[in-house]
Amino acid sequence: MEAYLVAIAIIGAIYVLLALGLTVQYGLTGLVNFGHVGFFAIGAYASALISMQGVPLVLSFVCAAAIAALVAWPIGLVALRLRDDYFAVVTLGFSETVRLTITSEKWLTNGVQGIPGVPRAFAGLGVGMPGALATLGAIALVCLLAALMLRRIAGSPFGRVIEAIRDNEDALRALGKDPARFKIQVLALGAALAGVAGAFYAHYITYLSPDQFIPLVTFYVWMAMIMGGVGRVSGAVVGALLLMLFLEGTRFLRDLAPDLISAVDMASVRLGAVGLALILFTLFRPQGLVGDYTRR
Amino acid sequence: MSLSVRGIDKSFGGFRALEGVSFEMPTDGLLGIIGPNGAGKSTLFSVVSGFIAADAGSVTLDGRALDRLGAAARARAGMVRTFQVPREFHHLTVRENFMAAAPGQSGESLFGLFLRPGRVRAEEAAIRVEAEATIELLRLAPVADTPAGRLSGGQKKLAELGRALMAKPRLILLDEPFAGVNPVLVEQIMERIGVLNARGIGFLVIEHDLGALSRLVPRLVVMDRGRVLAAGAPQEVLADAAVREAYLGGMPT
Repeated sequence: MEAYLVAIAIIGAIYVLLALGLTVQYGLTGLVNFGHVGFFAIGAYASALISMQGVPLVLSFVCAAAIAALVAWPIGLVALRLRDDYFAVVTLGFSETVRLTITSEKWLTNGVQGIPGVPRAFAGLGVGMPGALATLGAIALVCLLAALMLRRIAGSPFGRVIEAIRDNEDALRALGKDPARFKIQVLALGAALAGVAGAFYAHYITYLSPDQFIPLVTFYVWMAMIMGGVGRVSGAVVGALLLMLFLEGTRFLRDLAPDLISAVDMASVRLGAVGLALILFTLFRPQGLVGDYTRR
Repeated sequence: MSLSVRGIDKSFGGFRALEGVSFEMPTDGLLGIIGPNGAGKSTLFSVVSGFIAADAGSVTLDGRALDRLGAAARARAGMVRTFQVPREFHHLTVRENFMAAAPGQSGESLFGLFLRPGRVRAEEAAIRVEAEATIELLRLAPVADTPAGRLSGGQKKLAELGRALMAKPRLILLDEPFAGVNPVLVEQIMERIGVLNARGIGFLVIEHDLGALSRLVPRLVVMDRGRVLAAGAPQEVLADAAVREAYLGGMPT
């Protein structure tokens, strides 16, 4: 049981990091990024492949963040000329392109067979609890640092400008400031956080395959952010934990009525339950648990 | 030192919105543009401020050609515009709106923010003082810490003027500053524009409210159907037969 709780805490923390990345992009800046999982995948594969060359994990994590951010740069240059909904489509397409590239470039990623045997984080502590707890401690620390960094950004002149972009981009241009420059930085920052989340995922699960990086992951992160409260750092944290509660809680739905729901149907039933939760949230608590800053 | 607009053409599909529009004004002067709806005033504003590219013609500010510059670069060159429908940053307070407009903040780069916190703090304090002065100037103190989206229409117009001032322009382009503003506030805005102009800031003003505009500016440009119909002192221009026909429908005033 303890092992299970630690496992979902680690996955929950990975979602916290992803949600923090999306919070700076959408919550603060208004960028509708529907391709978050693409940066997550890039971070996961980058750190896995680099560490398997014998590079220490600390360095491979830094590389994961840097490579994800670097990939965000050209995406930003091309896509930031587009308005919200087109940007959403382009980023969604980007994440699918990443997944299909991973699937087809077998020389690098081993295609659909995936990469087994990714070095485990804190392998020195063994496979059991000590290693898992150390991983949890490390990711919790990274989440804390990321949250503090975002708080600092939100309260700074940079934060003021990106919120101005969210409110009215043309007005900002009329004042002599180029929204594109800020949007690219925001996109890269959110991508770097997703990249680090991917690295944690890779070195915790220790097996990567393209089907782990479907758009559903992106929308789970969006759900977390919406349930927690858009535009707030605390909202990202609370929302991601709530998401885990739903995803894991629905696992036990079948225990309630084992005869009614077959094991095969279970995946769809879970998804339905999560969808229902989102609908109820938008109906009865549209501002999210912590409160939606953008609807202030 | 002047803003010089020469031979601007702009078509949207088959519709010629602007045809050979030219005018000139001292950078620190006051010029009004009037004309009926659809005369091309707002299109002209968008072309001059760089939000729309002209098909032909040129815009020069203090001898510097602006034609290849985008909107943000033109604003940095010293010419800041407002919008017909105010575009406030609605979640930010009036004070934050003002502070966001201040140019050259090192805290606006992520590197500056984390590597030079002392410098960012010092700049922020200076900008705060400037914003406070602008709030006082425009008598916005009672709403200074209200999200700008909650202001009345007139207050938004004032706040937009303040935000434009914070960008430190030499010339401000005002798009219908009196539209939908109550008469008391109109007088206040006019009076403040006078004060600012005396400090050396120029204003190019589009306006429907002829009465207010002709008291504010010494020179008017009248537009109709994408062309400049007449230009000159308000009294002369308004006496012009063609202007009366186009703008006032030939009615006696």
